Amino acid sequence: MFKYLFSTNHKVIALQYLFTGIFWLAFGGILVLLIRWQLAYPWQPIPLIGKFLFPESGGAVTPEAYPMLFTMHGGIMVFFAITPILLGALGNYTIPLEVGARDMAFPRLNMLSYWLLFLGSILMIVSFFVPGGAAGSGWTIYAPLSSSTEVSPGLGQDLFILGLALDAVSILMGGINYITTIIQLRAPGLTLRRLPLTQWGLFFSAILNTLWLPIVAAALFMVLCDRRLGTAFFVAGPLAPREGGQVLLYQHLFWGFGHPEVYILIFPVWGLVGDLLSVFSRKPAFGYKATVLSMLTITILSGIVWGHHMFTSGMNPLVGKAFVFLTISISVPTAIFFFNWLATLRRGSIRLTVPMLFALGVVFVFAVGGLTGLFLALRTFDVYVHGTYFVVGHFHYTLAASVLFGAFAFIYFWFPKMFGRQMNERMGRWHFGLSFVSLNMVFSVMMFVGLHGHMRRIADATAYEFLKPIQPLNVFLGWAVLGMVASQLLFFYNFFRSLRGGTPAPANPWEAGSLVWTVSSPPPWHNYETPPVVTCGPHEYSVPRLKGKDWLAQTDVRAATLGKS
Amino acid sequence: MLTSWFPPDVSTTGFWVDRLFFIALSLTGAAFLLVAGILVWCLLRYRERPGHQASYTHGDSPLARWLTIGFAVFIFFAIDLNLAFHDHKAWGRTWGSPPDPKEALRIQIMPEQFAWNIRYAGPDGVFRTADDVTTLNQLYVPVHRPVIVQLSSKDVIHSFFLPNLRIKMDAVPGLVTSLYFQATKPGTYDIACAEHCGFGHYRMRGLLTVEPEEEFETWLKAQAKEGPPDLSWGWDWNV
Amino acid sequence: MERAAIQSIETPAGIPTGKLGMWVFLVSEIMFFTGLIGSYIVLRLGSAGWPRPGETLNTGLLAVNTLVLITSSLTMVLALNAAQQGRQVSLRRFLLVTALLGLTFLGIKGYDYAHMWHRGFTIASSLFGSCYYLLTGFHALHVFSGVIVILVLFKASASPALSQMTVGRVEYSGLYWHFIDIVWVILFAILCLV
Repeated sequence: MFKYLFSTNHKVIALQYLFTGIFWLAFGGILVLLIRWQLAYPWQPIPLIGKFLFPESGGAVTPEAYPMLFTMHGGIMVFFAITPILLGALGNYTIPLEVGARDMAFPRLNMLSYWLLFLGSILMIVSFFVPGGAAGSGWTIYAPLSSSTEVSPGLGQDLFILGLALDAVSILMGGINYITTIIQLRAPGLTLRRLPLTQWGLFFSAILNTLWLPIVAAALFMVLCDRRLGTAFFVAGPLAPREGGQVLLYQHLFWGFGHPEVYILIFPVWGLVGDLLSVFSRKPAFGYKATVLSMLTITILSGIVWGHHMFTSGMNPLVGKAFVFLTISISVPTAIFFFNWLATLRRGSIRLTVPMLFALGVVFVFAVGGLTGLFLALRTFDVYVHGTYFVVGHFHYTLAASVLFGAFAFIYFWFPKMFGRQMNERMGRWHFGLSFVSLNMVFSVMMFVGLHGHMRRIADATAYEFLKPIQPLNVFLGWAVLGMVASQLLFFYNFFRSLRGGTPAPANPWEAGSLVWTVSSPPPWHNYETPPVVTCGPHEYSVPRLKGKDWLAQTDVRAATLGKS
Repeated sequence: MLTSWFPPDVSTTGFWVDRLFFIALSLTGAAFLLVAGILVWCLLRYRERPGHQASYTHGDSPLARWLTIGFAVFIFFAIDLNLAFHDHKAWGRTWGSPPDPKEALRIQIMPEQFAWNIRYAGPDGVFRTADDVTTLNQLYVPVHRPVIVQLSSKDVIHSFFLPNLRIKMDAVPGLVTSLYFQATKPGTYDIACAEHCGFGHYRMRGLLTVEPEEEFETWLKAQAKEGPPDLSWGWDWNV
Repeated sequence: MERAAIQSIETPAGIPTGKLGMWVFLVSEIMFFTGLIGSYIVLRLGSAGWPRPGETLNTGLLAVNTLVLITSSLTMVLALNAAQQGRQVSLRRFLLVTALLGLTFLGIKGYDYAHMWHRGFTIASSLFGSCYYLLTGFHALHVFSGVIVILVLFKASASPALSQMTVGRVEYSGLYWHFIDIVWVILFAILCLV
């Protein structure tokens, strides 16, 4: 058993990440239900589980508990659900297989990286039970709310930071493996031009992580010092123990990481969508080079736009102007993604499998999410909606919708390969349909609510006169979110049931061209007996003059004679 | 029942914020409809069916490259520069046109967990003197007169938000930030905190009362009679 | 020895896999210290009265420490040289000296800390103190990790045949060691000299 628990095999580690991430996804989803109940029916006891969770208040959320709910929801979803699923699982499982390697470059480091995440998870769980309860300063951990024990005395905040720190080290270790493996361990013939887009996305993600995670790590250690060692890096004014530091410095450090982080989360999805649209349109990914160049451009740009999170902090107007211009320029490479996606679909032969549905769903919801980002880039407008549900709606469209759909696309697509079984297709379609409808209902209404000035992170909107007219929308959102979360039960049921009971899967159920689909489902322990020899790219579909089937696997020897690169 | 996108605007500059929104909505809305339209059209027109063959192209022909570049340039000018220009214009009309400090009504606000401490300079025009007027959560301003507010927090970061005037500014401990506005319609409006500041963040509501000039002066004098001001906070007005 | 095979092959990037991995790691370390040092610069520039380093810090002692660390980098280079030439005894000697110099650095640092703490210059006594202990403290942790790595190498190099892998490891650990040396030189400059 120990052999499996502490296995250095990348596939085992990937599955460990996957199951951990799925657990936290469910947990974070339950937190959402509590949040939206409170917003819909402020201070009313929660049905069924209220008395168990909040005994002292008769089952209702308390003002002290509410910040813990949204803080843990955000922190858990970003660092313990999405990152393990889309970086940990997708990266670990697919990279060695898709580059034609037997494992990652540093398997023992890989194993360590998972167990650090596991330790971080333990700390997060423990943080709910310590005196003072869980962290309550928002997932953004703004100082001085987070850094002063006078206002946030509980141990929960410290454990949250330590849990994140462990996760950060875990991700950095993973990054070392991803970057090195993609550069060094590619099979003969697998030029960078023949790398699937998913791995390009993971590659740029890892680069961004390597550069920017350490910055937020530095900031978080400084917060810990402020809390427990009597320093005042991020405390100033009357709350500071003596001559204080600079409060805004925290925000610069945090968002210096925080903005690249959103691209870290979405790059694998963009890559995956590029590959999936190609497979299921039976057509090469349009503009492969442009897509990769766009990823590179965004990688660079993402590091110099962080100020758009701080437009209301009193910055020098000239600096603000620069941030507006740089932020808005990211729309150019992003637009190229859409151009290429739509051009891939056009003149294709589209198969609406469940992974394809989710990939198409990403295109749709990311169009909304990305475009609403443009509003926020305009500082004059941003000043009005900063700190309101407009922002929450925007980042949920890009995260909870796009990234989540990407995660589902990943799981539905790779499930047969990972477990040797197929998931139930019909249930998958229902899952997609219900999720798509409910997600759009929830987050579009949420943005509308934000336009009206509804602030975020408040436990009760009825405390304000100007928000009373839109309280009915909060009630609507409560039920819509319940529907959205309930729809996910279809996924969980399908996933766990198919692990044992799904129909056995062939090596290549999707007729996909990349390397991994040339081996069995699940793959052999060491992936490839001898390194495969790659002759063409991963998107050789509908190749003309091909007899028998309409596509070439990456190892197909006919590629040379058919003149495809 | 909600009849509009935004709460009523009672400021001289809010118009520019709302206008910027609708310009952005038109442009992004058009882009979205285009993308969604093409998406749906492709799904219908190019769905897999007998006799239908996908076309084999990598999209790296010279034509495709020029189209891509052209498209990128188009996006940059039609959307990016366009919106940036409109934002620049809106900024100039709002935050870029501060009133003369000598003519404006000057107010200091120090938010704390969980209330707004408000200070008027009083007849001598100097802050932190015995003739100051301080209130808790009550911000009175005369209509049609520019108001400059300086902010500094007593503890954690708060954010002073006037939804009906479309403005907001963070109050940060250790430094002084400022905003200004001019109200156009008498009435009472909400002051909200827009930065998470602790468990009482949700109830950090203040009241902005806009009155005709004389009623404002009457109110101010009446406050002075209420008792000595709180001199434990306040700062030298800078600029 | 599959692991060795993987980690020492030269492929597209033109450098061995292990070296590339170490460089990726070093990039993240560089960014970590950039965050800390950048914060120090911002805090110092934004602060009204910053104490003169000469008055508070024991610059002489820290200069000695700088010399100790630079010397240890030299011995690390000599260790690598010995490894590449297959001179096992010299390798082990130089590794040991490097580790000892590292421990000396830590010892002097510990004495320096205790001395200043006793005099009232603590992590919580001033912003300068907070910055000083934060920066040098994290650096010391890295030196400590480096010493552990070198001692592990020392043990690994005892095997009769100096494997290709050990030579590689000496090189990569050397990279790490030189990195923390450079960080110290920078810290010494910005904390004590400026």
